[in-house]
Amino acid sequence: MAKDDVTKYKIDCYTLPAESNWANQTRADALSWLNQNGLPNGREEYWKYTNPLSFNSSKPPLKNEIDPSYKKPIFDNIDCVKLVFVDGVLDLENSDDLTLTGLEIEPLAKANKNEDHWSLGYFGNIEGSSQKVVKKTLASLNTAFAVQGLTIKITDKVSKPISVVYYHTDQISEALIHHVIKIEKNAHATLLESGGISSRSNCVMELSLEENASLDHIRVQGRSHERESITYIFSNLEVNSCLKSFTLTVNGRLTRNEYIVNINGENAKAHVGGAIVGDNGFSHDDTVFITHSAPNCESRQVFKKVLRNGAKGVFQGKILVKEGAQKTDGYQISQGLMLDEDSNFLAKPELEIYADDVICSHGSTCGEIDPTALFYLTSRGIPKPEAQDMLVLAFLNEAIDEITSNEIKEIISKRLLDWMLKRHKS
Amino acid sequence: MSNTDLYEREGVDRETVEAVKTVGEKYKYGFETEIEMEFAPKGLDASIVELISQKNNEPSWMTEWRLAALDRWKKLTEPDWAMVEYPKIDFQDIYYYAKPKSMEKKPKSLDEVDPKLLETYEKLGIPLKEQMVLAGVELGAEKVSPDRKVAVDAVFDSVSVGTTFQKELEAAGVIFCSISEAIRKHPDLIKKYLGTVVPQSDNYYATLNSAVFTDGSFVYVPPGVRCPMELSTYFRINAENTGQFERTLIIADKGSYVSYLEGCTAPQRDTNQLHAAVVELVLEEDAEIKYSTVQNWYPGDENGKGGIYNFVTKRADCRGDRAKVMWTQVETGSAVTWKYPSCILRGDESQGEFYSIAITNNFQQADTGTKMVHLGKGTKSRIVSKGISAGRAQNTYRGLVSMHPKAKNSRNFTQCDSLLIGDKCGAHTVPYIECKNNSSRVEHEATTSKVDDEQLFYCHQRGIGEEEAVALIVNGFCKEVLQALPMEFAMEAQALVAISLEGSVG
Repeated sequence: MAKDDVTKYKIDCYTLPAESNWANQTRADALSWLNQNGLPNGREEYWKYTNPLSFNSSKPPLKNEIDPSYKKPIFDNIDCVKLVFVDGVLDLENSDDLTLTGLEIEPLAKANKNEDHWSLGYFGNIEGSSQKVVKKTLASLNTAFAVQGLTIKITDKVSKPISVVYYHTDQISEALIHHVIKIEKNAHATLLESGGISSRSNCVMELSLEENASLDHIRVQGRSHERESITYIFSNLEVNSCLKSFTLTVNGRLTRNEYIVNINGENAKAHVGGAIVGDNGFSHDDTVFITHSAPNCESRQVFKKVLRNGAKGVFQGKILVKEGAQKTDGYQISQGLMLDEDSNFLAKPELEIYADDVICSHGSTCGEIDPTALFYLTSRGIPKPEAQDMLVLAFLNEAIDEITSNEIKEIISKRLLDWMLKRHKS
Repeated sequence: MSNTDLYEREGVDRETVEAVKTVGEKYKYGFETEIEMEFAPKGLDASIVELISQKNNEPSWMTEWRLAALDRWKKLTEPDWAMVEYPKIDFQDIYYYAKPKSMEKKPKSLDEVDPKLLETYEKLGIPLKEQMVLAGVELGAEKVSPDRKVAVDAVFDSVSVGTTFQKELEAAGVIFCSISEAIRKHPDLIKKYLGTVVPQSDNYYATLNSAVFTDGSFVYVPPGVRCPMELSTYFRINAENTGQFERTLIIADKGSYVSYLEGCTAPQRDTNQLHAAVVELVLEEDAEIKYSTVQNWYPGDENGKGGIYNFVTKRADCRGDRAKVMWTQVETGSAVTWKYPSCILRGDESQGEFYSIAITNNFQQADTGTKMVHLGKGTKSRIVSKGISAGRAQNTYRGLVSMHPKAKNSRNFTQCDSLLIGDKCGAHTVPYIECKNNSSRVEHEATTSKVDDEQLFYCHQRGIGEEEAVALIVNGFCKEVLQALPMEFAMEAQALVAISLEGSVG
């Protein structure tokens, strides 16, 4: 099938919202960008290691086994404001009461109808402008057609985390979700995301952090084995703002997480991290693009992947330091730990630097569990499987350490331990 | 921008800045030799390819090989993925063949070569006369000890003008001659090896080269022979609007060893000139090749006018077990460099090493790096790349390390460091790491900075003053690579880097 046909068939699967409102123009622009550039194909530089075929497919997704554990979301024990999506559709009845100081949450479709809504200048905007450097037409597809999603405005320090829970109940569900989040000056929030979403999902999150604003974002991508998921986080960071985003991914057939971080204000910080464990033909891809446009900023990328049974881990990270962004501190590490012979780790850690007074470094390694470390532990009486688990957890810890909250850190570690115990059984 | 934009500040001392300035200002090999040339008509089509083949008295299979490459080339498009920008090259506006007129009748020995040609090489510091061995110039002709000898093959525009020490090499069984001669005299070896490492259809420039290469060097080292001297080729582009397309083929048979040096210069001109070379190295069991390059093509003036486009394909194929190849390059010249000396580590326990210094100043652009393809068990590779960028230059390291599923217990270590001098230049790193088995280890680290504060602190702690510490660190930045060069070349390279970085102690 020709490239244009793929795009055409995919577009034909969706319909633009019928009623007219302010978002129509944004959607039309996104659609024309998509038509102009087409959906990604394997020949493109940023799709070298991951085949976009299933994201582009106009056929229904593969039938999924539903993971019964979805009924018990990972962050259930945390006191938070909970929002529920079922197969990609917002379920307000099962969601919590949304009134909380410093917090304004509305469904995207409702916000679109309000001509004076704050999200007017944000929806599709951060995404659209970020595409000029590297095109991301699957995100354009999302902007054009997604009606599900939330607009979240944080005006103050929010006392409870906001938890978005995605239930995956239908075996062949498909979802397009688009969140627009704005953290106003001096405000702070913690955003949790968890669950499998749907069999195939395409999620975009547009983040705007104003002066002194900060956001902790922790995401746990579900366990269902057949899931195909592509996510984008587009973010703009102003002076002194701080974004911390951490993602735990356990299995899934194909996952691609893209992070586009534009650091526009001085002294801003962006930390992006991920711990990934995969099994059985699992394929996971983290693609990060951090642009430093202002001086004195810091960015960190920490990605750790544990792979076994023919799993594939991909990391593509880029730090772009523009002219004048002096005193930038950019750090990037990507590591793959392969537990058996069949797995692949593919990495492209990239630096593009146009300022001289900067410190940018990146490291990338891959290999198996260090036999000397294993020997040390076994010689002290620890059985080999346990020793291995210890070393795997220790390996992942550097990424988990990117999370600020200890409570959440523990939950994440526990989930990883579960994965390892399950591994011993299988 | 002019060099005045280079300024001193903390971390970059005065002498380094001055030295880098001189790199841009002076290009001491920029002279042109007025010599009568014979040109083939401009442009590229089958008749030119046939003409080149005919001029070199090539057998018909070679002509066909070239024509096949030309057909292929016509179907290819120019690659655009490299981080370099240059106006589109008009491939029909280039002379593909230029030969000094005096070379019409092949001189029987160097004595018959046009003295003007020899003068050119002497000016470049490359004496071709056999009695004037590189080191021998100072030592006196007769006293040269045999182990300091360097055999030179000099290529002037499109043809090889002479090869020294051929007799002595012959006695050792080593074949060292121009590739055109090899095609005539050793067709079996050429047929067996040419195009097997870099196939005709490899990439745009290599394919172009396959069609129109005019000359180059050929080396064959028989089994078990340790080549008695360093071999060297000196490339010189002299004529205007000429492309240089040389092809080098080195075969190291079982258990042999050869060290090969390559140097290049070109006159100072306002127009850009194209240089698209192909180098193929074949290594059989236990063989070792050390390939060193000091690339000093004319880089263009400080406003970015003129300079050589250096689009080169270099690849080594370690076919036998325990073969070892080492690429060392000092890239200081060329307006645009596009070059990735690669190693295919096919034999078990074979080794590949890549050491590179790339210095760019003014408007120079360099996109260079290496590919290490690990196919055999227990293969090892090491990459050390140092990029120094000044003025408005862009310096990119682009590399691939690939561990195939069968390359068990292999090992790679990559280090690429970039140093920026001035706030208008760029330094980029684009490594690709592909690991497809778990018993191999791949490590990659890269840094971009001025001078490391920790290193400075360490020096301060030990009572070394600011200026001296910086000089020490900047010196050390390049040393790792310089040390990998053979003695004879290290001198030239050091002199070149000296202009930019060395000599800052004081």
